[in-house]
Amino acid sequence: MRQSAFSRLADWSAERPWLWSFVGAGLIFLATTAFTSGKGGGDVLTAALTFATFYVIVGIGQMFVITTGPGNVDLSIPANIALAGAVAMKVMDGSNAMIVPGLAAVAAVGLAIGCFNFALIRILSIPPIIATLSASFLVQSTAIAYGRGLRIKPPPIFAELATGRVLGVPILAIIAILVAAAMALVLRRTVYGRSVLAIGQNARAAGLAGIRVARVRFATYVLSAVFASFCGALLAGFSGGASLNMGEEFLLASIAVVVIGGTSVAGGFSNVPGIWGASLFLYLLVTMLNTFGVGAGVRLILTGLIIIAVIALSGGRRPGRG
Amino acid sequence: MDAPSASAIVQLEGVRKSFGAVRALAGVDLDVRAGECLGLVGHNGAGKSTLMQVLAGTLAADEGRLVVAGDDITASAGVAAARAHGVVCVFQELSLCPNLTVAENARVMHRAFRGFGWRKRAGAAMAAMLDDIFPRHGIDPADVVADLSIARRQMVEIARAFLVTDEPLRLVILDEPTSSLDQVVAEQLMAFVRRFVARGGSVILISHLLGEILATSDRVVVMKDGRVVETRPARDFTRDSLVAAMGSVAAREDEKRAAAAQPAGEVVVEARPARQADGRSLRARRGEIVGLAGLAGHGQTDLLVRINAAAQGREPHARVAGAVAFVAGDRQSDGVFPLWSIAENITIRSLGGLRRFGLIDPAAEARMAEEWRQRIAIRTPDMGNGILSLSGGNQQKALFARALASDAGIVLMDDPMRGVDVGTKQEVYGMIRAEAARGRTFLWYTTEFDELRHCDRVYVFRAGAIVAELAANEITEERVLQSSFAEEAA
Repeated sequence: MRQSAFSRLADWSAERPWLWSFVGAGLIFLATTAFTSGKGGGDVLTAALTFATFYVIVGIGQMFVITTGPGNVDLSIPANIALAGAVAMKVMDGSNAMIVPGLAAVAAVGLAIGCFNFALIRILSIPPIIATLSASFLVQSTAIAYGRGLRIKPPPIFAELATGRVLGVPILAIIAILVAAAMALVLRRTVYGRSVLAIGQNARAAGLAGIRVARVRFATYVLSAVFASFCGALLAGFSGGASLNMGEEFLLASIAVVVIGGTSVAGGFSNVPGIWGASLFLYLLVTMLNTFGVGAGVRLILTGLIIIAVIALSGGRRPGRG
Repeated sequence: MDAPSASAIVQLEGVRKSFGAVRALAGVDLDVRAGECLGLVGHNGAGKSTLMQVLAGTLAADEGRLVVAGDDITASAGVAAARAHGVVCVFQELSLCPNLTVAENARVMHRAFRGFGWRKRAGAAMAAMLDDIFPRHGIDPADVVADLSIARRQMVEIARAFLVTDEPLRLVILDEPTSSLDQVVAEQLMAFVRRFVARGGSVILISHLLGEILATSDRVVVMKDGRVVETRPARDFTRDSLVAAMGSVAAREDEKRAAAAQPAGEVVVEARPARQADGRSLRARRGEIVGLAGLAGHGQTDLLVRINAAAQGREPHARVAGAVAFVAGDRQSDGVFPLWSIAENITIRSLGGLRRFGLIDPAAEARMAEEWRQRIAIRTPDMGNGILSLSGGNQQKALFARALASDAGIVLMDDPMRGVDVGTKQEVYGMIRAEAARGRTFLWYTTEFDELRHCDRVYVFRAGAIVAELAANEITEERVLQSSFAEEAA
């Protein structure tokens, strides 16, 4: 009986690959609060929810891209964040009335970058890793030229949206949870989401099964770019203005949260909840090491090692279906 | 007939080879003599390529003896042993490294080119060999292979095989060597083969161009179903007797098939193969079962893929009226989504119609899967199980279900019965006929002759083009073979 209960538990967790990222995040949270004897636990949690939000937004876009199959990845996210943040602040120009036009401009930036990335990949047949990386140089240069000396504060309402809380929960986190829920539905229950999963498993078979492979990939690169652009705008609102290097950490973070969240790097298998677990995990990990008083160098080393360990361990639990 | 003479350079005795349940070689005896060109013919799946792979050491035989130049190398069989005994094979799939030059590719096979200045020596040797076989070839040994045309790559491959360095060269196996060469170059090669055997070398020549076989070979061996069925001097064969030896001589009595009353439906598919030089094109009417025949790899799959693309508006050279579904024959690369359940693999083609309020309805999806589990008898306790939990034949049924469950009025089948057991085949044939009677159109590429008899019309393909169109009462194995092997400009 125990055996069957155990194997049922194993099946249950195998179908929920995101479980482990939440378990990891929980353990790290416990370790941190144990170290501080429970003080400041609430603050850590609030901060984690806030910062994880940014990881979640770019992570979801990156997850869709990675899911479309081996070799697909969007490396233009950091430059995109820098440009979108600058455009948002400049168009909004500190005025509440300009928030909506500002967000429209941000969407346009995302759309343009997504189209440009896919044009390089499709028309010039450049591998996605190179295409998005070289696009990111162009985008970053545009951001530098456009945002030089930019010192514009976000409009008050936009800043409130980015930093405010409802019942102690950051507004941003609530938005990100809703977005994640919607994207989970898109992945599982729409023709587009199923097409992404199918293409990631076998692009040729997907084409022969009537899926318009190029169109789906195009939509996916645009999706990733638009998500990154909105992340850039929110980040600028959150930190009181845009800066050119605010996207830097998102290059590796966006990929790390996808992989830690249980998405297959080989494509065709992914889940949205894992992005949340992994984002919390990643933020809490850094917080824990800070709390322990570890120096910056050691912190980076430990972060790297822990991510490697997580990915190595997760390699053993490929979907055991059938 | 002739006892293996003392001059036999290669002797194969009782060679058997099976791949799982498929018996590729059912006990083959073959001998090749010094100074002869041996022609080897037979249709696809007869076992020619498997036999040559055993001889060249790339496949190990399950049973049987392999003697080369008097040494029994059965135990040590392998590429190295074959090479050491002077057996070289030019396979159909080219084996050159595209990123290297012609001279460097010579070095890959011939270790003798070493030390200072090896590139120069390898280049000179290749240039001399190319000059010998293919005068005015226009290939520079410093050319990178990737920059050469397919024909020139084939020439380099052949020249490299005939190069003699530190190992003896007794037997060269040429598997479809002229498939990408034009008439003139092919004749140069055949003339060289005659010179090579006149000097005492031996060649095994595999070709689907029967004229080439008859003109160049000393003896011809005919294989069928994994056995040698005929061995005779080439001069004793004519084209017709050779074709007859490959197929069954007596035309089979056609079983009673639903007499194809001339279908009156409108034309729903019209497509021209990419390499079709004349005005012929493939047409299929509503409710017709149209066969695509000919030897494997002569453009049938390519045309089906193009028709599929045309349905998505990505192919200007084919016209399709209505939705199209594709049943893959190569399950792993063209059909199955390995991470998904059986149900998800079936419904992927029909998701658009399973939506409620814009979202896929899981209940409708489950209903479709369950319906097809019963209709096509997929043997599984649960359609939620992974597709890979099924046997190959049942995976194939799931792929049929994917196409038949869809709204597609046109079903393209790419030799879909590979690896499917007899019982399943009969079930599926029945479904195809029933669906055709209901107005669905089937385009059916098959390499199994028996399946063509389910067709209302058959197009025979050769070298990427349609060469014959046979009406229902003209479909005989002989007619199909005759067209498959016909010469250019007969």
